[in-house]
Amino acid sequence: MGQTLFDKIWDAHVVSSAEGFPDILYIDTHFIHEVTSPQAFDGLRARGLPVFRPKQTVATADHNVPTWDQHLPIKEELSRYQVDMLTKNCAEFGIELYGLGHPFQGIVHVIGPELGVTRPGCTYVCGDSHTSTHGAFGAIAFGIGTSQVEQVLATQCLLQSRPKRMKIEVNGKLQNGVGAKDIILYIISKISAAGGTGYAVEYAGDTIRSLSMEGRMTICNMSIEMGARCGLIAPDETTINYVKGREFAPKGEEWDKAVAYWQTLYSDEDAEFDSVLRFNAEDIEPMITYGTNPGMGIGVTQHVPETTSFDVKEQGSYKKALDYMGLHDDEQLLGKPIDYVFIGSCTNSRIEDLRQVADFVKGKHKADGVTVWVVPGSKQVQEQAIREGLDKIFDAAGFPLREPGCSACLGMNEDKIPAGKYCVSTSNRNFEGRQGPNSRTFLASPLTAAASAITGKVTDIREFLKEEELV
Amino acid sequence: MATKIFKHIQTSAVPLPIENIDTDQIIPARFLKATTRDGFGNNLFRDWRFDDNDHPKQDFVLNNPLFSGKVLVAGKNFGCGSSREHAAWAISDYGFDAVVSSFFADIFKGNALNNGLLPVQVSDDFLQKIFDAIYADHETQIEIDLQDQFIKIVATGEQESFEVNPYKKACMINGYDDIDYILSQKDKVEQFEAVR
Repeated sequence: MGQTLFDKIWDAHVVSSAEGFPDILYIDTHFIHEVTSPQAFDGLRARGLPVFRPKQTVATADHNVPTWDQHLPIKEELSRYQVDMLTKNCAEFGIELYGLGHPFQGIVHVIGPELGVTRPGCTYVCGDSHTSTHGAFGAIAFGIGTSQVEQVLATQCLLQSRPKRMKIEVNGKLQNGVGAKDIILYIISKISAAGGTGYAVEYAGDTIRSLSMEGRMTICNMSIEMGARCGLIAPDETTINYVKGREFAPKGEEWDKAVAYWQTLYSDEDAEFDSVLRFNAEDIEPMITYGTNPGMGIGVTQHVPETTSFDVKEQGSYKKALDYMGLHDDEQLLGKPIDYVFIGSCTNSRIEDLRQVADFVKGKHKADGVTVWVVPGSKQVQEQAIREGLDKIFDAAGFPLREPGCSACLGMNEDKIPAGKYCVSTSNRNFEGRQGPNSRTFLASPLTAAASAITGKVTDIREFLKEEELV
Repeated sequence: MATKIFKHIQTSAVPLPIENIDTDQIIPARFLKATTRDGFGNNLFRDWRFDDNDHPKQDFVLNNPLFSGKVLVAGKNFGCGSSREHAAWAISDYGFDAVVSSFFADIFKGNALNNGLLPVQVSDDFLQKIFDAIYADHETQIEIDLQDQFIKIVATGEQESFEVNPYKKACMINGYDDIDYILSQKDKVEQFEAVR
């Protein structure tokens, strides 16, 4: 019987496998950031252990950092302390840090790929659930807790039981204005925020294959939002072309050897999956979420479901979500006034996202009363955007280009959405208070977010695109 | 290093019949700035538990003196979202030794097990029975035995068995630690590095 892509990579990383024990899995690269690492370093000190493979550990500061006036000291004392602790820990344990001011600094899941650290066939972990992003390259990438961060620092290995395998195929042609973010929000809305729990999910099909690496990263990034252990996509020409020439990508003979190996990384024809799901690209509208988990999404023209459409046991939780969001049964979001638009996060802050938004907003201006934040995923994305003149387009549209960081995705730094305000956000979570206490999040694609910023209300990007075609 | 041991408890329980409780609710991101593992219990369910002026919200179960105990009983898909282990630390630091739900998110489950906090997954029906029993009698006793892997509503004798990874079970009962285990196989790790 053939093997899945996931099993091929897993098997190549098993250090030891014993009956009744989880496998000891070798980790090629461990990404760390300031929030989930300090207690792990303390653990190492308490045990008197060094970092086992410091050269295979990459650090950056992203969650706590301000995205404006980044050259100034961080104002918030606890945030500053946490970032300082990372600097101190990296120096003490010999780990390379791409901290504030470093040309490689940025959101951990943006910098790994853009530096060529993320590559097919490898294993990655990070104390952050969106580590699933790196799977877009045909890699195994897990989000882990701090005890496991300590474990990987101490041993370069992770104790892990092999998850089940799921294949999600998307085939067909996407409608104009529909992109990777809509695909993944659609899938999660169909299988729920728990539908992938216990699985490694491989995305396949011609629609997935047609996506750029940025689009594939958006898809894999949100695998965790359906509960999946990780998401991955078999590497192909698109992957190889993306990695080629990047800072830490293999060079010369090493490159040829690597590519030859990467070309063996696919699920065999007769590989068996524990679950297979298929979706048609034509069915996917621009998506928007209305509730307080990413599974609560609808096509932008659809109406919020009726409470009675849910099982009696689920109705209480559903009503709680609608109350929090200030919405009611059967409400249509299309046309709903909004207050903020956030374009950024590890889901949608790469150069392609910024180019797409700039291309759309060129010559337009945001609606009065809407605050727009465009936050690049990394210093390199920011500089590239400036080189291409995107910052000027954004400025003219009232979309200031800020500095790199996690920003308003998680309400941990200075960028918070105020209580009660509605934000159309390109990030990955619409949980209660995620973007700030009592903030209300509508998750959507960069194009839907940009169009909504222009009109000041939830907007169907397709209407805009139709009009533009007519002009 | 030894981790917290869990073998058996009998206790009253705190009901939280909400589904999809994510780790941002368990401990909001703005409280993740501490650099030690202590004190997160003060901010457990912060925004459900306290209002904007830091006053306890009377309608939240943790502020209701009728309910107490070492077991938190919650709706399905508990602990989804962020990988923050701070969620497990907060629940444990508050004083819970086990969480019962009909479904757990993977990363939370792993984090809980790594901290001596036992996630007990039961059927939807049994979860409802536990909720009903607690609401009928706030002091109703719940018994959880890790060795024999069962959870029981003491008053009625109704019980259900639950799954737990045998390795993690041994760790929790004996206080074994993952890092000690991997370090005991360090030669295999180095061998793996040498031949690949």
